[in-house]
Amino acid sequence: DIDDVGHKYYLELVLEDVLDKDSTVNCTAEVLYHLGNKNIAPDVQFTLEGELKNTEEADNIFYSRIKSLEKELVAENIPDSHGNVPPEMEPVRLLAWVASGYVIWQNSTENTKFQLAQIKRVKQVKRSDEYLEFDYTILLHEMVSQEIIPWQMTVLWHPQHGVQVTQDSRQPKHASQ
Amino acid sequence: QKVFRVIPQNDEQVEIINSLASNMQVDFWQPDSVTLVRPKMQVDFRIEADLSSEVEDFLKESGVEYRVLIDNLQDAVDAQFDSKARTTRHSYEKYNNWETIAAWTADIAAQNPDLVSRSVIGETYEGRPMYILKMGKSGSNKKAIFMDCGFHAREWISPAFCQWFVKEAVETYGKDTVMTTLLDNLDFYVLPVVNIDGYVYTWTTDRMWRKTRSKNAGSIFGCIGTDPNRNFNAGWCTLGASKNPCDSTYCGSAPESEKETKALADFIREHLSTIKAYLTIHSYSQLLLFPYSYTYNLASNHEELNSIAHAASKELASLYNTKYTYGQGATTIYPAAGGSDDWAYDEGIKYSFTFELRDTGRYGFILPESQIKPTCEETLLAVKYIANYVLQHLY
Repeated sequence: DIDDVGHKYYLELVLEDVLDKDSTVNCTAEVLYHLGNKNIAPDVQFTLEGELKNTEEADNIFYSRIKSLEKELVAENIPDSHGNVPPEMEPVRLLAWVASGYVIWQNSTENTKFQLAQIKRVKQVKRSDEYLEFDYTILLHEMVSQEIIPWQMTVLWHPQHGVQVTQDSRQPKHASQ
Repeated sequence: QKVFRVIPQNDEQVEIINSLASNMQVDFWQPDSVTLVRPKMQVDFRIEADLSSEVEDFLKESGVEYRVLIDNLQDAVDAQFDSKARTTRHSYEKYNNWETIAAWTADIAAQNPDLVSRSVIGETYEGRPMYILKMGKSGSNKKAIFMDCGFHAREWISPAFCQWFVKEAVETYGKDTVMTTLLDNLDFYVLPVVNIDGYVYTWTTDRMWRKTRSKNAGSIFGCIGTDPNRNFNAGWCTLGASKNPCDSTYCGSAPESEKETKALADFIREHLSTIKAYLTIHSYSQLLLFPYSYTYNLASNHEELNSIAHAASKELASLYNTKYTYGQGATTIYPAAGGSDDWAYDEGIKYSFTFELRDTGRYGFILPESQIKPTCEETLLAVKYIANYVLQHLY
C-alpha cells in the first residue's frame, strides 16, 4: 500500500517462450495500480535477466509472405470453434496476441483478468510505406465478470520496428456477431 | 484384406476356383457360394490380408485372369463414413454436438447393459431431455459419486471429459484393477451436459455463450439466460454474482429458478443418502477447487479437502506435467455465491470438488481438439484418485 498513490506489487516471474517451452527467461517487475482513477493504466517496470530469442528469420518470412499477397489478407474466427488455426494464420494469431497484451495492459485494474479469447475478424489494410497494418476485431474474456468483450484494434508491425497498437476501442456487445 | 474379381473362361478354370475355395477361407461376394460359379461369370471374393499374395501367385500360375477389385477393404469401409454425415459420427477425440451426444448416451447404455443405464432427470427450458448415465456393477446398498459436465455452454472440453470417463469405465472394467474396484463398489452418476440449451446455442449461434437460454421476466433489453453456477441455494446472489439479467453471472430470479439446476438439485436431494461425493467439471484455468466460494470461511473438513486436492493434482500432473493450482474456491479463483459445489457440500456431501480443465488462457474456451485426449487422460487420473479416496473413506 502506498498512501494516496495506490497498490504496488513486486513480482518475480519466469517468461516462457510460447513456441519453445524449454526456453525461459527470469524476470522481475514492479506493478503500480493507481488509486481511484480507473482510467489510468497500471505502471509497469521490468528487468529481464537474460535475452529474448532472436526471431528475425521467422519475422522476415512472415513479412515477405504478407507483402507478396495479391489481395489484402482477410480472415475470420481464429481459432475456429473447434480450436483449429490454419498454419498460415498462426503468425496472424500471435500478432493479435501480442497486440492484445497492450490493450489488456491499458485496461487492467486489480479486479480484472483479461485473456484473448478469439479473433473474430482480421483485415489487412493497404499501406504505401513498409509497415504492415491489420485491423482486428478481437474478443477479450474477462475472468471475474465472465464477460466476453469485443474490441477493435489497429495494429502496425514491421520486423525491425516491432508492434504498435495505433488505435483501439471497446465495441458494443452485438458487434461480435 | 483384399477383394478379387475373376472371370473363369471355362470349366477348367471353374475347377481351379473350386480348389482355391476348398484350400482356404474364401468369402464369396458374388455369387453367394462357390457351387454357383459358372464359366464367363463375374466372381468376386474376399481374402484375408496375409493370404492375398498366395492367392495372386496361385491365380497367376493357373493362368486365370484376375484383378484386385478392392485393395484395402478397411480403407474403403472407412471412406464411406467420411462422405456420409461425418459431423454426426461420435468421437471421443472430437467435440460432439448435442444430437450426437444424445444418441451416444442411448448407444453406450445399450451396448453395456450390465454397467450403464440411462435415465432422464428433467427437461431443459427449451424442452430437451436431460440424460444421466448410472455406471457401475449392480449391487445392493451401493454408495455413489455424482459428476456433471457442461454447466457453462462454451466450456466444450467439459462434456468431452464426461464422455471420455464413461468410455474408460466400460472399456477398462475387468482390465484395470482400480476402475473395476470402483465400479464394483460404487455407482457413478454422470450427467454429460447440464446446460444443453446453452451448449446447442454455442454450436448454432454464439460460441462464447455461457448461461442458460431462459427468458428473463421483466428484462427491458430482452436479455436471456441465467448463470447456472450462480443459481444454487448457497449464499445465493450475495457476492460474485450479478442481479442484472444481461450479465454473464446473473444469478437468476431465485435459487433454482432454472429448470436445469432444479432438476439437478432434485436428483441429488432424492439420492442424498447414497451420494458421497460431488464433482463438477468446468474450464478453463487448470484449477481444482473445493468449498467455499460463497464465503471466505473454511469448510469444516478443509484440511482433508486440501490434501485430497493436493494429491489429485499431483496425479494429474504425473502424465504430461500439466500444472494445476488447488484450494478453496473463494481464494483460489474468486468469491462467487450460488455454486453447485457449495450447495452440494452444505447438503452434507463432504467431498465436493470443481475442476477447471485446460488450458490457462492460450486457447481458453476454444481448446483444440488435439488436446481433448491428453486433457481427458490426465483428468481421469485425478478423478480416479478422488473416487478411490472416497471409497476408502465412506461415511
